[in-house]
Amino acid sequence: MPFDEMLTADSLPRPPYKGYFNWHSEQKTSDLIRKSRDAENIFRKTGITFAVYGKEDASERLIPFDIVPRIISGSEWRKLAQGIEQRVMALNAFLDDIYHKQEIIKAGRMPRALIEKNDAFLPEMIGMRPPGGVYTHIIGTDIVRTGEGQFYVLEDNARTPSGVSYMLENRETMMQMFPELFHLNKVRPVENYPKLLRQSLAAVAPPGCAGKPRIAVLTPGIFNSAFYEHAYLADQMGVELVEGSDLRVIDGKVAMRTTRGYQAIDVLYRRVDDDFLDPLTFRPDSTLGVPGIMDVYRAGNITIANAPGTGIADDKAIYSYMPEIVEFYTGQKPILENVPTYRCSEPDTLQYVLDNLAELVVKEVHGSGGYGMLVGPAASKRERTEFAAKLKSRPGNYIAQPTLSLSTVPILVKKGLAPRHVDLRPFVLVSDKIQIIPGGLTRVALKEGSLVVNSSQGGGTKDTWVLED
Amino acid sequence: MLGRTANGLFWMFRYIERAENTARLIDAGLRMSLTRMHGHEEEWESVLRSSGVYGAYSAANSEVTSADAINYLLRDKSNPSSILSAIEAARNNGRMVRTALTREAWEATNECYLDIKSQLARKPSSADMPAIIDNIKQRTGLIRGAFHGTMLRNELYNFSRIGTFIERADNTSRILDVKYYVLLPAVSYVGSSLDNVQWESILRSVSAHRSYGWVYDDDYKPSNIADFLILNGRMPRSLAYCYDKINANLSYLEREYGARESCHETAAQTLGMLREREIQAIMDTGLHEFLQDFISQNSRVAAEISEAYRFYQD
Repeated sequence: MPFDEMLTADSLPRPPYKGYFNWHSEQKTSDLIRKSRDAENIFRKTGITFAVYGKEDASERLIPFDIVPRIISGSEWRKLAQGIEQRVMALNAFLDDIYHKQEIIKAGRMPRALIEKNDAFLPEMIGMRPPGGVYTHIIGTDIVRTGEGQFYVLEDNARTPSGVSYMLENRETMMQMFPELFHLNKVRPVENYPKLLRQSLAAVAPPGCAGKPRIAVLTPGIFNSAFYEHAYLADQMGVELVEGSDLRVIDGKVAMRTTRGYQAIDVLYRRVDDDFLDPLTFRPDSTLGVPGIMDVYRAGNITIANAPGTGIADDKAIYSYMPEIVEFYTGQKPILENVPTYRCSEPDTLQYVLDNLAELVVKEVHGSGGYGMLVGPAASKRERTEFAAKLKSRPGNYIAQPTLSLSTVPILVKKGLAPRHVDLRPFVLVSDKIQIIPGGLTRVALKEGSLVVNSSQGGGTKDTWVLED
Repeated sequence: MLGRTANGLFWMFRYIERAENTARLIDAGLRMSLTRMHGHEEEWESVLRSSGVYGAYSAANSEVTSADAINYLLRDKSNPSSILSAIEAARNNGRMVRTALTREAWEATNECYLDIKSQLARKPSSADMPAIIDNIKQRTGLIRGAFHGTMLRNELYNFSRIGTFIERADNTSRILDVKYYVLLPAVSYVGSSLDNVQWESILRSVSAHRSYGWVYDDDYKPSNIADFLILNGRMPRSLAYCYDKINANLSYLEREYGARESCHETAAQTLGMLREREIQAIMDTGLHEFLQDFISQNSRVAAEISEAYRFYQD
């Protein structure tokens, strides 16, 4: 039986859920189902949609929202937050080291090839120190849970983590629909995130920036799957939402085309991948970026958040080294554990993975969104055989992990509550300080027994509460 | 604000206006069909011409039938001016400039799109048409209402309004130009029932068949109809009214930016011309020529605005 976060084996609520559980017992399921439909209408009306690539008809879909909150006690959160903070510090130190002295390689703690042969490593960043010394400004650390006090980090999303707008809209929707719940439970607020993000970005403006830093969010445009979030964050921060075609390098600064002429930008929160950022430096066919922005960046005249080249820190091949990375840069044992990870690039390990495919989850090193992965226990024999062939032809492209028995939190179904597997993505802001927003985005696999929580694969989301205790 | 945002607002409101005007054109066309008089198929041709899509329609269809014409104007994706395409374009522009819109204005636009899209998912029967036309007018009306009720009267508002009136002036002048011949004294059989139907159709296309009576207190008369749609400053779809509004919004921008651009001159000239001319003089020198001049002048104003306020990358 997987660990359920709401109910113990005797169907009693665990402490953080007591308030909610009592309230819930007094509600009629039919009323809650109706509320749940109301919530969906709110999302549809607001246009909180995401695009699914390659599906013409359903080009815009809603991420299903479940109205049962996921609740974390204050003491559980404190431990998690400490662990995340430690990890985020280590990630930034690692990036600084990798693009400068490469001490970790010299110390023999990480193979050189792993860095230098990695597509996410940008030679253009060698010797470059971003303003404020921060590489990864916005991080979404994916956490899974298997039991009381047992948390694992599944992924460090250090390039451009998305989902924070769902965290904010979920809370907004819950507060609108169930104000009484927020009287009954002391829930730590998340709604100041846009303000904190803005302050955090302003704090790492280039040193030469005089006066109030001018900030903009760079989006690939309305057809990007996360466009809604880009617009939402720009709106909430009160900054411009720009596209590559709005920007140009003028007099050594990146400037945006306004109705009054070009105006310089100091900090660019980009939601465009490294590859597309500057056609003069990276992909020449990119129309989403700004020709010459890397020169401005190297001259220290703009802050790019997150910094180009941060992808090397959340690469799945690097992930297996995270315990070493944390120890190497902080001098302490990691507070949060990694999920044990098998590097298929190593021949012995590959054999082990092939022999135990039915028990393992195999992921592409560079994949995301739940694509290109095999969930062994859920796959058919044929799927496993096909996958084994791919694995053998390019072992370095894969890692494998044991199938964790992810914790469950109930969702609302017609018959009442039913447990479903969840993960958690807390959001972290790094400037001159590290701030972790209490809670984050809980993703939930809506299909019974399913372990895949990705929204592109039928996952939903929940409001996530961290209690004040 | 970004030049692209100004452009997005400008086009968002042009497309909303276009959808609404096309709905009125279809409405007037349906009305003509109901009269079952000889020549109602030609009416659909002139509706297609007024909408500026006759050429594209003919390339795709061998003949003009009311069913095909309605489908083309209403929901054909290959027609960029069909109501469905226009509402989708308005909504996409709205999404692009989401940060410039109030929540109310955005939600009205998004709901309009979702609703019309599902309503037009299948080819409607002719019995459904009145309800569909009403819904389109209502939905676009809601967008306008939310916009007026909640948007700050700043440059965002000005660019949106300019888009509305450039499009409206274009639409009204095209409706007149396609039908100008029925307004000419030489060919009209004054007082014949066919003329009456034709004239009423023009007025219906701009929702003015009732207000005409209030203003002119008379039977339909070609010169009055032309006067109403071109020069009457109180008729909200007349060319004079549109240019009054375009000028008012441009002067706000002039004051706000502290700069007068060529678009200000061209728009002021256009308004001056509409204020000074008498309808009889326009009819005497040639209604068609006048309207052709106006249409190109109107496009020029739009082009000059997009240049002055950096709508596009140069």
